Amino acid sequence: MSVLVIAEHDNSQLFPSTLNTVAAASKINSEVDVLVAGSDCGDIAAQCAKIAGVGKVLCADAPTYANEITENTAALVKAHVSNYSHVLAPASTFGKALIPYTAALCDVQAISDISEVVSEDTFVRPIYAGNALQTVQSSDSVKMITVRTTAFELADAESGSAEVITVEDFGATDWVQFVDQNLSQSERPELTSAKVVVSGGRGMQNGDNFAMLEKLADNLGGAVGASRAAVDAGFVPNDYQVGQTGKVVAPDLYLAVGISGAIQHLAGMKDSKVIVAINNDEEAPIFQVSDYGWNEDLFVAVPALQAELESN
Amino acid sequence: MKILVPVKRVIDANIRVRVKADNTGVETANVKMAMNPFCEIAVEEALRLKEAGNAEEVIVVCVGPEKSAETIRTGLAMGADRGVHVATDERLEPLVIAKILKVVAEKEGTDLVILGKQSIDDDNNQTGQMLAAIMGRPLGSYISKIESSDGGFAITREIDAGLESLKITSPAVVTADLRLNEPRYASLPNIMKAKKKPIEVMSPEDLGVEVKNRTNVVRVDEPPAREAGIMVSSASELVDKLKNEAKVI
Repeated sequence: MSVLVIAEHDNSQLFPSTLNTVAAASKINSEVDVLVAGSDCGDIAAQCAKIAGVGKVLCADAPTYANEITENTAALVKAHVSNYSHVLAPASTFGKALIPYTAALCDVQAISDISEVVSEDTFVRPIYAGNALQTVQSSDSVKMITVRTTAFELADAESGSAEVITVEDFGATDWVQFVDQNLSQSERPELTSAKVVVSGGRGMQNGDNFAMLEKLADNLGGAVGASRAAVDAGFVPNDYQVGQTGKVVAPDLYLAVGISGAIQHLAGMKDSKVIVAINNDEEAPIFQVSDYGWNEDLFVAVPALQAELESN
Repeated sequence: MKILVPVKRVIDANIRVRVKADNTGVETANVKMAMNPFCEIAVEEALRLKEAGNAEEVIVVCVGPEKSAETIRTGLAMGADRGVHVATDERLEPLVIAKILKVVAEKEGTDLVILGKQSIDDDNNQTGQMLAAIMGRPLGSYISKIESSDGGFAITREIDAGLESLKITSPAVVTADLRLNEPRYASLPNIMKAKKKPIEVMSPEDLGVEVKNRTNVVRVDEPPAREAGIMVSSASELVDKLKNEAKVI
């Protein structure tokens, strides 16, 4: 039986996390279908049909799925689950809410945040903020899984030619009423898929000082992130947070500015290819995981780095 | 309104965990334990709802070994009214925990269950969602705000792209994110008072829940270590390294 991947999108864009999740699914079985639940999401379904390795795209296009209401999407997934051996979604706030909810509806024990596929029933996942790796084997007849997207490559988004099948609307719950969303607007790349991430911590002292990091990120074509301390202090919004309970990133270059390197922060970025740390405390734990460390006051170092990049 | 707060006993967040030499798990012998930080946030929110006159009783429940009673006492010392301890030495998966919590919540007739969004040991982030699903109650996951509204709850959720506001009906199940509140410390008089508060002890069997796991932990390993690299002392040196050595810019 094949694997069903739940696409993550906002009805106007397909998120790259879907491509990572298809790549993970392809390691389980070569037959992969994608479910798109949305409203006016025909373009998203068409994009999913072009992902390499996808056999069928199931498209539920209805106002029911305009917003990601867990209850509604779960009822839809449950209705299709009997055709599949595995159901996968990205380990984003979308997938992390949806998969356990759907699994419980189906009396299945979900498997969270897998970083490796060992076999069709055995997976590796980080536990204790990534300080240990657990290999877990499931005996459920259907495996319901969230995928740590940074641990898998992006499936090719152009070479597929799947057919798109319209599937029915399973109806909206009357328990939950969508009110509104207050989303961060940014021209920069999305944090979890950016090639470069510039993050600030408590050392930034206030939100205004993040302008320095934004300038640096723009110069490098990157995204801006933050440690929990910086978010808790109100310097930047919650969606900037990188760490065990925030976002997990693994860019080519991660620049940690004024971040001491608490375990929970390292959990969200230690798989980055190259880590650079700028910190005025030479004892900061972040230096123990950095490829390049610069023990300097960030208010000296960041402008100097900006000037150096501009002159190059 | 009656609020149920499930809590978990975990290795203290400040302890660096070690994988056991036989790769069966992590070392827990003689390691400092504490209430899972997200569960503290859940307890705090329940207490604030009670203090604001929105709830009459806050019940703390823990499913776990004998020592979990200490974690329940922590919740009682923070201000919860009474405890329920579902005692078991088995490793329990979130689905089994959710089934146990369902029976406790129904038995107690709770209007609201507040859980931490995840525990910092297994990092599963599942139990609240599963409980909402099997109880057939609305789910408010990752909340940073909750208020009583029109006989239900107005909630704000922390999602990857920002914040989302929903209205959900009551009774409901919600999971606490980091910025819901800052939990209080238990005062000494309250710690003393907590010793006299009742904790009801029962077993999963008493609740009619079969403890049957669906997954098997094959092994637990150390992650590959990341080595410390080199120190630089100027912007030009750093840019040169990133360009010519690491080749990332």
